[in-house]
Amino acid sequence: MTGTPTSTPARVVPGKGTIRLRGIHKLYQVGSESVHALRGVSLDIARGEFVAIMGASGSGKSTLMNILGCLDQPSKGMYELSGRRTDRLGAAALAQVRNKEIGFVFQTFELLARSTALENVQLPLAYSARLFWGASKRAKLALERVGLGDRMHHRPSQLSGGQRQRVAVARALVNEPAMILADEPTGNLDSKTSEEIINLFKDVHKQGQTIVVVTHEEDIAGHAERIVRLRDGIVVSDHPTASDPMHRDYLERMAMQAARAASGESERGGTVAPAAGQRAGGGVGP
Amino acid sequence: MILVRLLFQTVALALVQLTGNKFRALLTTLGIIIGVGAVILTGTATQALKGYVLHQLDTFGPRKVFMTGDVPRPMRGRIRWSEVALKLTEIEYLKNNAQTIDAITPMYFVTGQVRAGEVSRDGVTVTGIWSDWHEIEKRVVTIGRPFIKVDVDEMRNVCLINDKAIAELELRADPTGDTLLINNRRFLIVGVVETKEMAAMFPGGGETRTEVYVPVSTAVAMRPRLYVDFALAQLKGTEQADEAKAEITAILRRSRGLSGDDPSTFQIHTVQSAIEQFQAVSGVITGVALGLVAVSLLVGGVGIMNIMLVSVSERTREIGLRKAVGARPGVILLQFLVEATVLCLIGGVVGVVTGGGMVALGKAALPGMSEYLSVPPWTILVSVVFSAAVGIIFGMFPAIKAARLDPIVALRHE
Ligand SMILES: Nc1ncnc2c1ncn2[C@@H]1O[C@H](COP(=O)(O)OP(=O)(O)OP(=O)(O)O)[C@@H](O)[C@H]1O
Ligand SMILES: [Mg+2]
Repeated sequence: MTGTPTSTPARVVPGKGTIRLRGIHKLYQVGSESVHALRGVSLDIARGEFVAIMGASGSGKSTLMNILGCLDQPSKGMYELSGRRTDRLGAAALAQVRNKEIGFVFQTFELLARSTALENVQLPLAYSARLFWGASKRAKLALERVGLGDRMHHRPSQLSGGQRQRVAVARALVNEPAMILADEPTGNLDSKTSEEIINLFKDVHKQGQTIVVVTHEEDIAGHAERIVRLRDGIVVSDHPTASDPMHRDYLERMAMQAARAASGESERGGTVAPAAGQRAGGGVGP
Repeated sequence: MILVRLLFQTVALALVQLTGNKFRALLTTLGIIIGVGAVILTGTATQALKGYVLHQLDTFGPRKVFMTGDVPRPMRGRIRWSEVALKLTEIEYLKNNAQTIDAITPMYFVTGQVRAGEVSRDGVTVTGIWSDWHEIEKRVVTIGRPFIKVDVDEMRNVCLINDKAIAELELRADPTGDTLLINNRRFLIVGVVETKEMAAMFPGGGETRTEVYVPVSTAVAMRPRLYVDFALAQLKGTEQADEAKAEITAILRRSRGLSGDDPSTFQIHTVQSAIEQFQAVSGVITGVALGLVAVSLLVGGVGIMNIMLVSVSERTREIGLRKAVGARPGVILLQFLVEATVLCLIGGVVGVVTGGGMVALGKAALPGMSEYLSVPPWTILVSVVFSAAVGIIFGMFPAIKAARLDPIVALRHE
């Protein structure tokens, strides 16, 4: 079940928002010990894909995302973003790439506490060459898009967790990047709010943006088109969501549970509803 | 265009940062405030002193030359001053031969009793002069006429007095035509000269005295001696001070038969060289003051650097986020540099205002000096330039530190 870069070869087309990873290693040096967080990850993500990255805690998901987001560099291996090798780019060029091509969403939101929602969303525009006077208008549009048109002048402390993450999503969207990277965007949110955030990503995905989401939750991953699973720094499985064995197991378990709950409610030991009808990405409740 | 926008944004950001931490900003810039305040105060003080002294020297007459006999050090105690004092013949010789001066007069003091009718005053200094005295001293003759050459040549018993003498001797407001008895000799008052306050910086200055002038020939006749107290001359031009000194020295040395290593038995002082000396001294004073100020600005700069380092480490996560959304290292560098500079400039402005306020207080306290006490524009310019420079220089290290932060390391910072 080792995921190979050729698992989705037909989709790979060079251009904006495409990712090509080859033999990516990441070594952390902590004192005399070295931690091998990634041990040779190869992965292709095409423009317009919606990918979920899953794996146990410590499997290297965040490390991978940081490399994808050009926030961090691999110790070894090749990363090609939108057809360009990132190891040849300097700090300023990488900043430019993060500004124009990537929208990053963090688990901990990372909003500026002293700035309003609008100012937070405007931040990437401050570092882009786009016209200054249009900035606040674009930021307003982005906030309206995530449903926060009425919270523009609120500070993060005056917003709920879900609203904060929406602000962060608006910030990721404001520069219209080809790719949105989200590292456990719903990790700090309840299931209902998580659902709202993930629906936001689905909306964005419909516009043709590439989306990569790290998550621990199968039901969140269920919204993606493809699930990549990591273990100890290597890709152990890479399948379309509908045919991912672990995800199918999960759906079956859920369906069984739901059926048991339903029958227990009407009449103990009643009929069991089959789970096969459940579609991947469908609204699976917890 | 993009640079202007960036600067505008970073300045706005810096102001927001600083207003969020007003008290800390004030404390941090204390060193700058004090340094700049010191620039303003020392600049104003040295300028005021210079203005005052130069004004005094100027009213004294920048073209004046003093000459007097002097017993050189190795001869002290062996010869008396009267043996080396200037003689009338020497002064006459200088008058006819020195090219660098256009007027000269002996000053021949006779102390005695002056009487006008019933009123008499003892111990009045009567000064014997030539008519050139008017040219050199430029004292206004308010009533009557000045001395003329004939008064001296014919040894006339005429005198000039000042306003103070009119008051002291209880004379009429216009005393010309009246007579005075000086040491029992009868003198006709021909004119009144304005009373002039002696420059405060000279001994016996700052006060007025009773003055009586007579032709030098008449004074010699009253109390005959060969030497005069000193001589007063006027340079043809202020730029000839050194030349005149050399010429007069040469003439006097020749006439006194001094040669080779013999020390001169006279002294020559020009007001112009005093002015030049003072200017040199005040330049040194200003230099020293600026040096001290530079030290205090340096100390202020270290404070700025410290607070900027604190600011960088407090805002590490923020820096990480800014980098994550696309801030280039140069932009982060600029942001912190602008913040340090704005901080210093605010300190500088507060310092200028504080210093200016203290100058205003000084003006109120010293009304006599008020016309010289004004903040020189160059001190404000120096203050602004220096505080900006301190901001840039001492903000550089923290700004580089911020710019070099790795985005992911900064984001993970606690
Ligand atoms: N800055 C670092 N220095 C040293 N080791 C690190 C560092 N960051 C991550 N690691 C190590 O690398 C491995 C992978 O970490 P990573 O954060 O990528 O895991 P993860 O899959 O995101 O886990 P989680 O689901 O808990 O977020 C872990 O063993 C972790 O201890
Ligand atoms: Mg993680």
